[in-house]
Amino acid sequence: MSKIQALGLDVGSTTVKMVGLDAEGEMAWHFLEQAEPLLENQIARFLERARNVTGPLDGIPLVATGYGRGLVNQATRTVTEITCHARGIYRELGHGGTLVDIGGQDSKVIGISPQGKVIDFTMNDKCAAGTGRFLENTASRLKVSLDRMGPEALSVSDEVSISSTCTVFAESEVISLIAHGVSIASILRGLHRSLVKRMVSMILTVGLTPPLMLSGGVAQNPAIRQMLEEETGQKIILPHYPQLMGACGAALFALDA
Amino acid sequence: MSIGPALRYHWNVNLLGRAGLRWVRWQAERRVKRGAHGKSHILTPPLKISARTKELIGRHYLKGRYANLRGKVAWVTSGAPIEFLKALDFYLLYPENHGAVCGTTRTAVDICAQAENAGYSRDICSYARTDLGTMLSCQTPVGKLPKPDLLLTCTNICQTVLHWYRVLAHHFDVPLILIDTPFVYTETTDHSVAYVKRQLEEAIPIAEEVAGQSLDERKLKEVTRLSKLASELWLELLGRCRHRPAPISVFDQFIQMAPIVEMRGDNFTVDFYAAMLKEVDERIAQVIGAVKNERKRLLWDNLPVWYRLRYLAEFLGRHGVVIAASTYTNAWAELTPKMDPERPLESMARTYMYPILNRGTGDKLATMRQMIDDYRLDGVILHSDRSCKPYSVGQMDQRDRLIRDFGVPALLLEADHNDSRSFSKEQVANRLDAFIEMLEV
Repeated sequence: MSKIQALGLDVGSTTVKMVGLDAEGEMAWHFLEQAEPLLENQIARFLERARNVTGPLDGIPLVATGYGRGLVNQATRTVTEITCHARGIYRELGHGGTLVDIGGQDSKVIGISPQGKVIDFTMNDKCAAGTGRFLENTASRLKVSLDRMGPEALSVSDEVSISSTCTVFAESEVISLIAHGVSIASILRGLHRSLVKRMVSMILTVGLTPPLMLSGGVAQNPAIRQMLEEETGQKIILPHYPQLMGACGAALFALDA
Repeated sequence: MSIGPALRYHWNVNLLGRAGLRWVRWQAERRVKRGAHGKSHILTPPLKISARTKELIGRHYLKGRYANLRGKVAWVTSGAPIEFLKALDFYLLYPENHGAVCGTTRTAVDICAQAENAGYSRDICSYARTDLGTMLSCQTPVGKLPKPDLLLTCTNICQTVLHWYRVLAHHFDVPLILIDTPFVYTETTDHSVAYVKRQLEEAIPIAEEVAGQSLDERKLKEVTRLSKLASELWLELLGRCRHRPAPISVFDQFIQMAPIVEMRGDNFTVDFYAAMLKEVDERIAQVIGAVKNERKRLLWDNLPVWYRLRYLAEFLGRHGVVIAASTYTNAWAELTPKMDPERPLESMARTYMYPILNRGTGDKLATMRQMIDDYRLDGVILHSDRSCKPYSVGQMDQRDRLIRDFGVPALLLEADHNDSRSFSKEQVANRLDAFIEMLEV
């Protein structure tokens, strides 16, 4: 493994991600875990892991991002996930456009200039509509694992309409649909459509400048990708590690230091 | 006025109250002199005159507390043509300003809950809920509000006031004067001016009857003259923020605007703003900015977030960002040239038709664009105020136009001017941080 020169730590609401970059800015190491309630302890453990890989961390700059970035006392700097995602994706894909990041707690649409600068952004409203939590919540209600949700939704062509974008009310709608004998796969398809439609309205707020790019954990869900392409008429470009783009961007800022 | 109540008023307001407020002011001035506010490396301490602002506001509510002993009281909307009431010697209470006091003292949510418990929806404006909550429970951070003898509402700020003031009229069983101001899409017409003027003419006898005296035209001209003078000074004050660094920020303006809203038409208001202008000019001469390390300058659109003024000022100040202008504080300045003390009724009719909330959204965009140029601003924060629908409608398009047509970065920030339950600190902080990074501060 090439020597790690900079570290980026993305403390999200659902997962914590860490990326190490070499002197050329290439990803040399990464690590991901589900977020725990005692974030300080988890952050300490992440740093310990990094230490095991790189040796002493003294002198290696660390930039923190994500909702818990303020808890990373060891960080040389904190940067928001909006700026970090844009930086990370620009580094990997090399062009601007419209980036959709569907995270666990919030979703964002970021307009990126051809030079890689953030020119506009919007975030979801003060609720879980249009976020990973929307799917997670209903997945647990339907007893379907998160990684099976997308393929299940795509396995049928029948789709029921879920009118509520509110996570809690969607859940009651789902219960009612189950009671009416609707298949789980059709319900899942409807749930995905509901989330994607919410995302499309956010994309239109910022304005869709192609190409359309996707990052965040939900990018791994094939139904979201397919439906987003259907709804926008745009081909979606995915980075290799959609979940790590924020941490990558943070590490790139660290490398600047 | 009979002797007993008059003496009680004089004793409480002019003797005891005045001395008490002077003492508080003197102590506040001493604190400024001692540099008690001087520890912040982010923000310059408040203007020295802030001690006097506090005294003025305190005195206004103290007079209000005992106003029913002295004479007649009218409750009025913030944009109402009040000059004729002032000339008839009414004490004027502005429920919206009282709402702002409840917001800054963080008592608004408890008071709103009183209205909500009585069945008023949370979707109603939080100023209205605060006022109705006070009406029902008498809860207020200012001691006690006087009962109205007359109500004056004007549709130039919103339609909520129509219903809100009808509730007040029903509750207090007092006459309600409604001034309807036609919406101004581009320019007003002579017909609209005549329509509003006629309503004012019809309102005067109602007010005269309640006041028990006739309107003296000379007094009306004098009040209009004083209103205009104070507005002119306020306009000049705001204009001083074109300087780099801006000597005061909008967070200062939000506090210092209280007299121009609720004490216009008084001579002491004119003196107060003249003194403030002098102090601001001293700051400019010494190159003192409201934010110590000013790097970026922004425009604020919509009402303030009353319960988070300090938080927002420090948050932005930490990054070297000053909000140098706002469409809101500008609303009490931009109409000054339309005021004509020699033709008080006609000019009042014209002036009060033009507040930003009674003009088209395109016109508001043009005002913002002009302010961005005049004040050399780097971006705009549009406070999407859950309570103030007329101010917030059109903001999505205004934001888009600012970004796409003019290349001005703009952020929509969701909150509420008085109801802190609609303010998510983490989400606001995250959006502001990202916006500031986008501005490359």
